[in-house]
Amino acid sequence: MKVAITSQGKDLAAPVDERFGRCRYFIIADTESGSFTALENAGAMASGGAGIQAAQALADRGVEAVITGYMGPKAMQTLQAAGIKVYAGASGSVGEALAMFKEGKLGLIDRANVNAHFGMR
Amino acid sequence: MRVAIASGKGGTGKTTIAVNLAKTLAEDGPVRFLDCDVEEPNAHLFLRPTFQERKGVALLVPQIDAEKCTGCGLCSRVCAFHALAVVGGKVITFPELCHGCGGCSLFCPTGAIHEIPKKIGVVENGLAGKISFSHGRLEVGSALVPPLIKAVKKQVHADRIVILDAPPGTSCPVVATVAGCDYCLLVTEPTPFGRHDLDLAVGMARELGIPCGVVLNRAGDGDEIIEDYCAREGLPLLLKIPFDRRYAACYAAGNLLVEEFPSWQEVFKDLWREIERRAGA
Repeated sequence: MKVAITSQGKDLAAPVDERFGRCRYFIIADTESGSFTALENAGAMASGGAGIQAAQALADRGVEAVITGYMGPKAMQTLQAAGIKVYAGASGSVGEALAMFKEGKLGLIDRANVNAHFGMR
Repeated sequence: MRVAIASGKGGTGKTTIAVNLAKTLAEDGPVRFLDCDVEEPNAHLFLRPTFQERKGVALLVPQIDAEKCTGCGLCSRVCAFHALAVVGGKVITFPELCHGCGGCSLFCPTGAIHEIPKKIGVVENGLAGKISFSHGRLEVGSALVPPLIKAVKKQVHADRIVILDAPPGTSCPVVATVAGCDYCLLVTEPTPFGRHDLDLAVGMARELGIPCGVVLNRAGDGDEIIEDYCAREGLPLLLKIPFDRRYAACYAAGNLLVEEFPSWQEVFKDLWREIERRAGA
């Protein structure tokens, strides 16, 4: 399964970025093989629509699940339309979040857990 | 001759200067007044126009014909504001992010996008003596200000004198107001905050290539902070209005300085002559 974890850095040791649309990187990991790549979030500094842009980028890359801290309404709507599942409440390192996900310890959410523009604070 | 009254910092006295200048000039001939602060218009409270016309202003936003859409994603790639996303072979739209540029429907290879109007506000036109008055009112819930300001500016026809009351700040709505003007008056106050935001506004006017001059309101205590700034930047300090409780009371009652204190008429006439001289230079 291909999952994307919002990250402050480029590897599994980096801390999770709790913001979705304005995180610095996405770590795109394959849960079967354990391989991963870092994708710089092109929309991190967008004036608006960052969450939509990020969701579009992940959908284009065939991501099936997102692991993050908080998710706003427009990003959620876009990810749901793409059939991408969202797991929220991640913290610690990207590697730790991925381990928690594999153990089924992260909660699946089906609606936004913060308002629009949360990541701009 | 188009003169914008802007400020950077809010609450420095833009509307006070704009309405008193317009009222003074209207003694000698017709004046067009545009209140471009469409999020919170207030000039009508002072000039008290009789409104004769009310026009809805709409932005064209995309609507997708699912039958014709192939999900190619071109619309989402051309949209600079991420108002469309294409996921799972389908387009989803976010009209609240759309700036109405029309790029998506222009580029759609299958003609699956047509544009529908989304109301963003109204323009109201009226008369206050010799002043032709126009302002915009943004629809509650709409966040897109510049297109409505441009609609307000379209009310100008063959007017010789146009006074534009700008919104506060230095962001897109202010740029939309000030762009194309012959002169920009920047109203400030003698405080660090006033100077800081004046500096931002001066930067904006210079970027737009519009000559500007400064009006110092609530003057009398610590004026050097603005005087020194103007001297350093080579900006003309065109007018000072003293900090006076009577002027504050006049404003609070919705009255005009030039009517309650007629000696101010000559001051505003001088201000206008100075603007004309400098805008022509």
